[in-house]
Amino acid sequence: MSETILDIQNLHAGVEGKQILKGLSLSIRAGEVHAIMGPNGSGKSTLASILAGRDGYEVTAGQVLYQGRDLLEMDPEERAREGVFLAFQYPVEIPGVNTTYFLKAAVNEVRKHRGQQELDAVEFLQLVKEKMKVLHLPEDFLKRPVNVGFSGGEKKRNEIFQMAVLEPKLAVLDETDSGLDIDALKVVSDGVNKLRRTDNAQLVITHYQRLLDYIVPDFVHVLRDGRIVKSGGKELALELEQRGYDWTGKGELQPA
Amino acid sequence: MEIEMTDTEPPMIQKQSDAFVTAFERLEREGVNTQPAWLFALRKAGLARFAELGFPTLQHEDWRFTNLAPLARLPFKPLLTHAADGVAAEALSAFPLARLPGSRLVFVDGQFSARLSSSGTQPRGVRVGGLAAALRDEPGLVVKHLAKQVMDDSLAFTALNMAFFQDGAFIYVPAGAVIAQPVQLIFASTGREAGATAQPRNLIVAEAGSQLTVVETYVGAGDAATFTNTVTEFAICDGAVVEHCRFQDESKAAFHLAALHAVLGRGCNFTSHSFALGARLSRVNIRAKLDGEGLETVLNGLYLTRGEQLADHHMIVEHARPRCAGHEYFNGILDDKSKGVFHGRILVRPEAQKTDAKQTNKNLLLSDDATADAKPQLEIYADDVKCTHGATIGQLNDESIYYLRSRGIGLERAKRMLIHAFAGEIIDRVRCEALREELDKLVWDRLEQNPRLAEPTR
Repeated sequence: MSETILDIQNLHAGVEGKQILKGLSLSIRAGEVHAIMGPNGSGKSTLASILAGRDGYEVTAGQVLYQGRDLLEMDPEERAREGVFLAFQYPVEIPGVNTTYFLKAAVNEVRKHRGQQELDAVEFLQLVKEKMKVLHLPEDFLKRPVNVGFSGGEKKRNEIFQMAVLEPKLAVLDETDSGLDIDALKVVSDGVNKLRRTDNAQLVITHYQRLLDYIVPDFVHVLRDGRIVKSGGKELALELEQRGYDWTGKGELQPA
Repeated sequence: MEIEMTDTEPPMIQKQSDAFVTAFERLEREGVNTQPAWLFALRKAGLARFAELGFPTLQHEDWRFTNLAPLARLPFKPLLTHAADGVAAEALSAFPLARLPGSRLVFVDGQFSARLSSSGTQPRGVRVGGLAAALRDEPGLVVKHLAKQVMDDSLAFTALNMAFFQDGAFIYVPAGAVIAQPVQLIFASTGREAGATAQPRNLIVAEAGSQLTVVETYVGAGDAATFTNTVTEFAICDGAVVEHCRFQDESKAAFHLAALHAVLGRGCNFTSHSFALGARLSRVNIRAKLDGEGLETVLNGLYLTRGEQLADHHMIVEHARPRCAGHEYFNGILDDKSKGVFHGRILVRPEAQKTDAKQTNKNLLLSDDATADAKPQLEIYADDVKCTHGATIGQLNDESIYYLRSRGIGLERAKRMLIHAFAGEIIDRVRCEALREELDKLVWDRLEQNPRLAEPTR
């Protein structure tokens, strides 16, 4: 059996005293793609934020193991260096920080951590050029400040581009489909699918089934009121699309 | 906002005004500055205006955040001769921006040094040289333009400069001429003694359709409390494209007062950058009159202060004609107990319909003891205009820090990248590439010297 990459056990967490996750458990192995679907307010983005290490969330019970280590003990940068990647729902614009500079710094932090030689400017360009093509990013993109003046679609493509460059062990895609038209959705999905390997894993968080036509998951979980209430194969997503979320029940745990 | 009242000493300030008048009268008796007659008349008028306005105190609305009492306490020692040999040619190459291509005019203690300058070859009709020489050699051209750009007579130090200036740069670009390389003006203060005062005057005329990039640099060598009171006038005629940069990096004890008076013609494009890194106290008064239809101007500035430095920018942008775009962007990075002051007033005259005016002032406080005072003002008399302004004072954006960390970049490095970026917003507006790259290095080196930002070993 392949290695367990992420193991979330009975996670209870919230923000500013408000309980959002109420006993979430999920286990992801290498080579798997999991999708978490759920209505607004079910805790999808909270889960993504906690996995990436955003400040302000309080874990009150349970644990998260990443490759057997306590993920919650790690700083956001350490998680990234260890191979956790979050594709942001709302990528942040950083005026004045050139994309090349930013991404080269990130790549080299990760490489340093892995005991690899840092890339020089030429090697870095070689690495990124090919990946830019896959995501249909314009030539001048690397010279522009991070996400500044990018369209919604460009921002999402940039997230997947960064994922391609950083080659994470665990990629968490938070509503990567939001704001994308069908063509952009195909480009982004194609980029994600190319990164799928037997030794890594992807967790796709989405409100709509549409994305899962292109990024086909091995497992689909329904998140409601802070817990996974139903799990199944990819056909569960279609069923949700047809029947809505209501039939999954509210908050009561159902066997997968 | 804070007002510091303890340091005001009106009797001392009165004495200081008197000192300037006394010095002027002494010079007059010695026959200094009395020729040509038309200029002497301007000088006397300047002195009278200065005496009338008086030395500004915190009670003056335009000076309520910037206390000049320590300057008023200095003796006034006008520098009328310079010690050019006090600045070795080799030392010049160590000055900021000295690596730029193009011609270079060097002024030591306010006066032109032919020995240290290289004016290069210029297109026909172009003048790049000292103002004193131009007054001697072609007064007609100077009299036509000198002091004509000073529309605001409420500025005491512009008036004082008129009374005392000895030299400065004179740049004249005839219609249609293009100066491709930046023209550098380097003002070096030898910092010989406290109160030593240089008052350079620069006159820059860009005739219709001409193009020019000009860089003013102020640096100080010594550690005495010197005083620079500089005025730069820009006459930008129709369709001219001018990029101007002032880079102030005077010594830590210096007082630096400056004024930029610009009158802009129809369809021109005028960009002016102000970088304030040095001096104990610096103040730049900017007065821009948008005096022709459909022109574009950008005023752009960055101030980095630490210790007990104070950097003040005070501007009035007057939209006098229709369809002009005037945008002002000023960022401050303030550390220790230092202080940044920004006053920006956009004045839109009734005839200036379709004005597009925008102003932002952003301050980044790196310490709890640093302060920023921002005073944006809109004064609009036309009804079909687009005017926005905003001022912020705060710390680094947590979302941005998180984003960088989530990509593996450590906390300290993320902060430094963002501080650099904050400065970069301003630096990126510099169009001249060679200049932009040098500025970027200079600013980054300065930020890196800050122990608060030093990379921890991890």
